[in-house]
Amino acid sequence: MLLLNIDAAFVIEKVILISVILMGSLGVAMYATWAERKVSAVMQDRIGPNRAGPFGLLQPLADGLKLFFKEEIIPDRSTQFIFILGPCLAMLTATMTSAVMPWGPDFTLGGRTVSLQVADINIGILFVFGVVSLGVYGVMLGGWASNNKFSLLSSIRAASQCISYELAMGISLIALLMMTGSLSMKDIVTQQHGFWNDGYFTWNFFKQPVGFIIFLTCSFAELSRAPFDLPECDSELNMGYHQEYSSMKLGFYLFAEYINMFISSAVISTLFFGGYNFPFMDQVQAAVPSGIFSLICVGALMAKIVGMILFFMFVRWTLPRFRYDQLMKLGWRSLIPLALINMLVTGGVILMTMKK
Amino acid sequence: MDIYSILFWFLSAMAVGSALGVILSRNPVNSVMFLILTFFAISGHYIIMNAQFLAVVNIIVYAGAIMVLFLFVIMLMNLNADVEPQKGMMIQLAGVISGGTLFLVILMGLTTAKSELIDTKSSDIGLISNLGKVLFTKFALPFEISSVLFLSAMIGAVVIGKKEHIPASEKAEIV
Repeated sequence: MLLLNIDAAFVIEKVILISVILMGSLGVAMYATWAERKVSAVMQDRIGPNRAGPFGLLQPLADGLKLFFKEEIIPDRSTQFIFILGPCLAMLTATMTSAVMPWGPDFTLGGRTVSLQVADINIGILFVFGVVSLGVYGVMLGGWASNNKFSLLSSIRAASQCISYELAMGISLIALLMMTGSLSMKDIVTQQHGFWNDGYFTWNFFKQPVGFIIFLTCSFAELSRAPFDLPECDSELNMGYHQEYSSMKLGFYLFAEYINMFISSAVISTLFFGGYNFPFMDQVQAAVPSGIFSLICVGALMAKIVGMILFFMFVRWTLPRFRYDQLMKLGWRSLIPLALINMLVTGGVILMTMKK
Repeated sequence: MDIYSILFWFLSAMAVGSALGVILSRNPVNSVMFLILTFFAISGHYIIMNAQFLAVVNIIVYAGAIMVLFLFVIMLMNLNADVEPQKGMMIQLAGVISGGTLFLVILMGLTTAKSELIDTKSSDIGLISNLGKVLFTKFALPFEISSVLFLSAMIGAVVIGKKEHIPASEKAEIV
């Protein structure tokens, strides 16, 4: 195109990358629903899904098909446009974060360097934060537009929970960012190269253990997963904000939650567990061509993500749900002061080591 | 017309259009959503000027936190077009006068200001490292004063929101 002077190969490269990432996150989320059932079954000494396909592997497909063919009901007294907008926003914000994630190192293909990151913007981590803070709109608008008291209560719970835990999450990240000195996801990953350097671990988990625990707790709350699944607290709210939804609109809400879990596992792995870095990666890099090395790195990142997702599931099926006042007390009276102290201590340590 | 001017006109039309939507729509929830759209358009302008930090902070603070609280209040009070209170003549007049005065002040400020053109393609003036350096050297005093202002507002909110002290004997009666 003459008007928009853009390199065609660049556009094709990015379109392929975006499609692969989108399909990948949808696929992982799909099998996360299957894994959730299998994990809960194992932990409760049951068998779990085993009818559709070997080990019940086709169960997610069957579920999706069922949701698509169900009757779609839009309540008479609802605000129609916003009612439909709700699940759309939930899906949109769930899939947007993957744009700034570095999925692997660059590799050369036919003379050009291909980056495995859609956009390396210099405020990557803030972009993630912005999208997370927008994520609450899907729940809030959907719950309000349903014109149902239970849905409204649930969406208000979800919103206040998200806002409260975003604060502690942000402050815990400040401590991390003071150490990395960069907001770009790519820089943060490159700084954690390998596993061991200069007599200490390179991964941020070993440098910021308190920050990691705060961040992890807050991401449980942001995902509204057990033990913080108050918006879907069925003993008090029947079903929660998606009570009036049916068919695939309900499916979108449920599915967005699993995509969010995948993405936040990816963010945690990138920020604290070295992203696509793994021990002895320099030796591996010397031994194999760059394309295969990139694939191995992506594999390492995926292994970390799967580990995180399994951790999310173990916690869900182990811990009971918090009460609402306990949730607020934990967020405001424990996590925020702890994050502030962590930030101050980190700043002090950085200042002391700088002077030498 | 290059891609920058296309984006500029698109975002400007979006900002003005959705800002009009804020004041013209009858339903308060629609107003809030138009306002969110306006913030997105303004963030788009920041990105065109290569001020990525301002753009994303605008989204996080305004669209992500303040507008959520707005929605909160509107949802809890269940404001609808039917229950919208009708303003009296005097209040409308006062609104027109104060709004017009503000408009005049802004107009005067803009006409007398010297506008410097920013090279949108190469400038890194809005990137976070420059912003931080300027904020903590040249504008350190205003920055600190505004943070004190925020702190006092926060303490004020806590004082107002605090429950009044009730003696134990009366407490038992209430419960």
